[in-house]
Amino acid sequence: MSQMPPNGVKNPLLELQDVMFVGSGKELLARTNLTLGSGGRTVIMGPNGAGKSLLMRLAHGLLQPSQGRIVAGGNGSAFPRQAMVFQRPVLLRRSTIANVTHALALNGVPRRLRRPLAEQSLERFGLANHSHRPARTLSGGEQQRLALARAWAIEPGILFLDEPSAALDPAATKAVEDAVNAFHANGTKIVMTTHDLGQARRLADDVVFMCCGRVMEHTAAARFFEAPATAAAATFLRGELVLDVPAPGCSTQ
Amino acid sequence: MNSHDPFTLALSLILSGDPGLFGIIQLSLQVSLSAVFVASLIGLPLGAAIALFRFPGRGLVITLLNALMGLPPVVAGLLVYLSLSRAGPLGQFGLLFTPTAMVIAQTLLVLPIIAALTRQAIEDLWEEYREQLQSMGSGRVRAIPTLLWDARITLTTAVLAGFGRASAEVGAVLIVGGNIEGVTRVMTTAIALETSKGDLALALALGLVLLTLVAAVNATAYLLGQMSRSRMQ
Ligand SMILES: Nc1ncnc2c1ncn2[C@@H]1O[C@H](COP(=O)(O)OP(=O)(O)OP(=O)(O)O)[C@@H](O)[C@H]1O
Ligand SMILES: [Mg+2]
Repeated sequence: MSQMPPNGVKNPLLELQDVMFVGSGKELLARTNLTLGSGGRTVIMGPNGAGKSLLMRLAHGLLQPSQGRIVAGGNGSAFPRQAMVFQRPVLLRRSTIANVTHALALNGVPRRLRRPLAEQSLERFGLANHSHRPARTLSGGEQQRLALARAWAIEPGILFLDEPSAALDPAATKAVEDAVNAFHANGTKIVMTTHDLGQARRLADDVVFMCCGRVMEHTAAARFFEAPATAAAATFLRGELVLDVPAPGCSTQ
Repeated sequence: MNSHDPFTLALSLILSGDPGLFGIIQLSLQVSLSAVFVASLIGLPLGAAIALFRFPGRGLVITLLNALMGLPPVVAGLLVYLSLSRAGPLGQFGLLFTPTAMVIAQTLLVLPIIAALTRQAIEDLWEEYREQLQSMGSGRVRAIPTLLWDARITLTTAVLAGFGRASAEVGAVLIVGGNIEGVTRVMTTAIALETSKGDLALALALGLVLLTLVAAVNATAYLLGQMSRSRMQ
């Protein structure tokens, strides 16, 4: 048991080991050790510019760490299939269904299975009627549902969502939260960021709190919202109304 | 107007389906379409590769490609002439003054246009798609067909621009083809030389056909431009 994960996380799925990121000559992410356990819903919180999106891109493999490494949890296990939903979905200039079948193709799903899987997934997200519409003519909420359907079809082991409902109305936001819970119920690991404290409370199993390019704490959700371990997080939670102002005390860990 | 004025004669040439006239039109289309086909086959993947990959001298290649978009047809013709003439490196194939030589010369003219416009279009699209495609597990090489397809409207416009240039140029096909009647005589060379020989009717008839062709190409390009702006794709 030499690889006992920190924070007592069971069944590690993805581990960031001594990960550091430098961009434009600045240290944007300080040395980070983080274990993402399988199954749960991890919500990354923190003020604007804290490095939440950066951490997520590193974990997902969109960015290479300047130092350290990201390994699949457990010894020698393979990386789980991953997907990411961005704040503004990037949709291909194709039909709604072609957006899903293309994701399936990239994941090595055989051609004859792609259409039926895509149709099921669109059905699941209420987009069956829009299958043949150019995807970029869908409304904002529909586009985000398509992004979720595209992720759903490939049955990811881990799903990253970066402020998935920041640009959506309450009904569409509810649809995103329902989708997150459906992925979760299917055994997909959720890692998401949000600036909506209510949403964080509703969804989080555990919280990673970041500030000024540093992971301040990784705490079970119930405890985090009751009594966070760091002063910065406490300030952040108290200041619900001033989310845009960086919380003080980032430097004291 | 009497029945001998060149305009009336030109119209009657077109309307009567004159075989000489239509032979010239057919060869013109064959040569220019073949050149555009070959140039697309090379230029689309080449432009996409330059857009996606970083290599030493990339900036120079892009500058050169952009400059070659304005390559004067007579210079392209001269280069191909030198390569294909008896003493040239490709002289043994005896291609000079054949339609093949004309296709080669026009390919040389069109290739930089298609490659340069493709490079620009794919680079812009990659900027937009990169994170999403990488997130879905697509590397750069796998992204090439995806991007080519998603840029299809812009790329069609690029191919049309190439076709417009090929079908309207006279210098290259004249030098390497020689305007031999029934063999290498195309619309532009016929207009240039028949006018000087006084066959104004034939020149004018071909001029009308060429004008219509170029207008149709540009109208299509315009409509495609509208379409790509309207997200209807
Ligand atoms: N590739 C990069 N090069 C240079 N600086 C970067 C890069 N990516 C992010 N940054 C900077 O790193 C910091 C963290 O950015 P990040 O997008 O992770 O913040 P965030 O916590 O997601 O903020 P927000 O809540 O506003 O989304 C910012 O100051 C940002 O400008
Ligand atoms: Mg962010």
